[in-house]
Amino acid sequence: MSIVTVQLGQCGNQVGHELFDIICSDALEGQRKVYSTASCERFFHQTTHGDLVARAVLIDMEPKVINQSISRAAKSGRWRYGESSHFSQKQGSGNNWANGYCVHGPRHRAVVEELVRREVERCDRLAGLMAMMSVAGGTGSGVGTYATQCLRDIYPKSFILNHLTWPYGTGEVIVQNYNSVLTLAHLYQLSDAILVHENDTVHRICSQLLNIKHISFGDVNGVIAHQLGSILQPALTADSHGVYSRNPLGELVSALTCHPEYKLLSVCTIPQMPSSSMAYSTFSWPSLLKHLRQMLISNTKMEEGIDWQVRPPAGSERARSFTGPSFNTSLANLLILRGKEVYSAETDGFEDPALYTSWLSSEEAFNLWKSPVPFNKYEKCATLVSNSQALLRPLDNMVGKAWNMFASRAYIHQYVKFGISEEDFLDSFTSLEQVISSYSQLS
Amino acid sequence: MTQSVVVQVGQCGNQVGCRFWDLALREHAHVNKKGLYDEALSSFFRNMILWKVPHATVCAGLILTHLNPQAVLVDMEEGVVNEILQGPLREMFDSTQLLTDVSGSGNNWAVGHMTYGSAYREQIVDKLRKAAEHCDCLQCFFLIHSMGGGTGSGLGTRVLSLLEEEFPEVCRIVTSIYPSAEDDVITSPYNSVLAMRELTEHADCVLPVENQSLVDIVDKIKHMSHGGKPGSAIKRDSTIISGQGGLSGTEKPFDAMNNIVANLLLNITSSARFEGSLNMDLNEIAMNLVPFPRLHYLVPSLTPLYTLADVSVPTRRLDQMFSDAFSKDHQLIRADPKHSLYLACALMVRGNVQVSDLRRNIERLKPLLPFVSWNQEGWKTSLCSVPPVGHSHALLALANNTCVKLTFMELRERFIRLYRKKAHLHHYLHVDGMEQSCFSEAISSLSSLIEEYQHLDATKGTLMPDAPRLRIAR
Repeated sequence: MSIVTVQLGQCGNQVGHELFDIICSDALEGQRKVYSTASCERFFHQTTHGDLVARAVLIDMEPKVINQSISRAAKSGRWRYGESSHFSQKQGSGNNWANGYCVHGPRHRAVVEELVRREVERCDRLAGLMAMMSVAGGTGSGVGTYATQCLRDIYPKSFILNHLTWPYGTGEVIVQNYNSVLTLAHLYQLSDAILVHENDTVHRICSQLLNIKHISFGDVNGVIAHQLGSILQPALTADSHGVYSRNPLGELVSALTCHPEYKLLSVCTIPQMPSSSMAYSTFSWPSLLKHLRQMLISNTKMEEGIDWQVRPPAGSERARSFTGPSFNTSLANLLILRGKEVYSAETDGFEDPALYTSWLSSEEAFNLWKSPVPFNKYEKCATLVSNSQALLRPLDNMVGKAWNMFASRAYIHQYVKFGISEEDFLDSFTSLEQVISSYSQLS
Repeated sequence: MTQSVVVQVGQCGNQVGCRFWDLALREHAHVNKKGLYDEALSSFFRNMILWKVPHATVCAGLILTHLNPQAVLVDMEEGVVNEILQGPLREMFDSTQLLTDVSGSGNNWAVGHMTYGSAYREQIVDKLRKAAEHCDCLQCFFLIHSMGGGTGSGLGTRVLSLLEEEFPEVCRIVTSIYPSAEDDVITSPYNSVLAMRELTEHADCVLPVENQSLVDIVDKIKHMSHGGKPGSAIKRDSTIISGQGGLSGTEKPFDAMNNIVANLLLNITSSARFEGSLNMDLNEIAMNLVPFPRLHYLVPSLTPLYTLADVSVPTRRLDQMFSDAFSKDHQLIRADPKHSLYLACALMVRGNVQVSDLRRNIERLKPLLPFVSWNQEGWKTSLCSVPPVGHSHALLALANNTCVKLTFMELRERFIRLYRKKAHLHHYLHVDGMEQSCFSEAISSLSSLIEEYQHLDATKGTLMPDAPRLRIAR
């Protein structure tokens, strides 16, 4: 079953391109025929000449980034984007969510729907749709939200996963918090699962784990693509009966987002290291899993500076406060292991009921996928997709800053100009306070 | 790719505009080795097809067979425009883009705004329409003018309100040259204040530039190139005041200063014209930097001012460039933003700079810069991969900062000194359509603008409590 990806805005298109690149080189690597076929089927359409064409639609309101992505893909020689699978306009959304959602989205609705429809029809069976975008700007966030709404209308029974890139806390766009709040509040009603990468976290991975001196957006996007690829590449699941799962998005959603108030997913992948060091490193599953479990509990997003003092609470005492010491309660976890000796990996540590909220049993809360095929040159790779309190603090910060700005009504006239009123803002704030409250109560 | 149209009004506006076109050509020639008309060129130049006289003008290898700047040139006396038409850029403009008269505005805002404004209204709208029609997707009007005279100030602001009327959807970015205190036009305070009101009401954003700052920067560079220590010789065409490599041969008196403003415009549009890892379109400028509609005065600062010629000397560190952007010497108005309150700040970086460099410098500078409480992380950033000619990297900072209030207060002072005595008032009141109330309204608009900045300034340094959040009933 195939996934159709919709790349929206500059970020969505840049990250999407990296993702297809990594998936393609992982799929074509070595002699792993079944894996390769499954991966190619999932993400590419094969032409009569044997070209791999990405199952993707590229959308942006200005042409520069799309042109770049398309030409870089073609240059790789191994895969490319469809010739007419893209749509751009001449003028961007000006970092204005209202401009994206109220003006550009509706104006170009028919074209976008048509492009997606064509990709969907090329699939034998549709596993689901993945929309990739950032929340800080105007197109990814505004047009992306509108597009998700349209896709939800047209494909009510399909799984829709939204991959969001959250901006650096110290700012890339001044109104990023407004744009983020409006996006998240709307997507919460439309999306089946919202998978989040934060630029700050990925940046730290690049500098501290990958030892990159001058980090570019290319590096950041590469890490995001690696982590996302490790989730979406073929894997054996509990329900797939010995073959690669044909329903990856469905299984992801049913594993993790069983409750409509809890849809935010964070990702951790280990190990992450410079390719130059990989030849000299060996990994063991027990060590990787031990680190990953502690990263989950202590809410550390990368394998450095892990706080080993944090422990799950003993037995019946479950008194924790939100601002208190950082034990991260999970609603559900999905662990994906790829590589050598994967069948020998012991994952009991993740089934400990103390990790989870009380109203879900740990058998239901913990899910495991495996693949004996090494991913992206890593001999062993473990990815944890978590529905937990990991994003609670960043979300709360984002809403807090947006609220402070809203209190002085700064920039509101820019949104009102395009059709978003103060009421709409208040509704979005209310929705997100609800989400924050729900996640706080997980403890 | 979107297009912009430049509207240059008055003597100063046209002289700056002329430098802009020259430097723009130089920049594109530098980047565009094949001399073919490309997307980047289309943002400011039209590709004229064959009916134009096929006279090839060569600028540093770029064959400008048929480039036509998207511009409208307006002046109420002919001298400056005629000079352009006799200079090396003459092939590029056609007469439908020009509007001139003979007698000038006599340094009288009322004559420019009311008399000529009404007389030439139709023609101006017509020329603007033609320029707009040639654009596939018109995003922005750049208006260049000075505040102190009669044409640039009076007719220029009339053109501004026409732009708002006729093209309400198109962004209006105004570059205004403010007179220095020793300006030789006695009535420049009147003209400036009358124009200010128009700018506050009709512009989307204003880039104020003070003549005195330009003079200071030019002096600084000249000092560096003539004095200075050994090993600090400056690379010849790398200063922001140089027009080397452009079409014009000899440098004219104000060229150095005008080149600075031209470079400002080139840098502001760089991310919209060329590619980069984090693009910034022109409509994003107003969106991010203008939190309240009237407070749209953005203080520009440009770095570096020059590149050292001696290549064995390590290039001035990247971080130094960021620090300089916030120093008093690099601001284009005489103000020190570090000591006032920032409402928002944009950093537009050009050249080989990565996001990590950007982040590192923002982290470093943030604690030193006071930001308003509700916009503590109010940074808008962009990375364009193409550097300006002669540099490996460059930075333009646009700050919405309360320090503009000082410039405005000084202006108000000068105005009041004249107005109190009713000096020269009759020249204005004689003009049809001009009344005393225009003056009182203009000064009151300026005063209320200053007050809005004062109000924000008062919050500086005080710890504002976070607004209480919405509470969810459970």
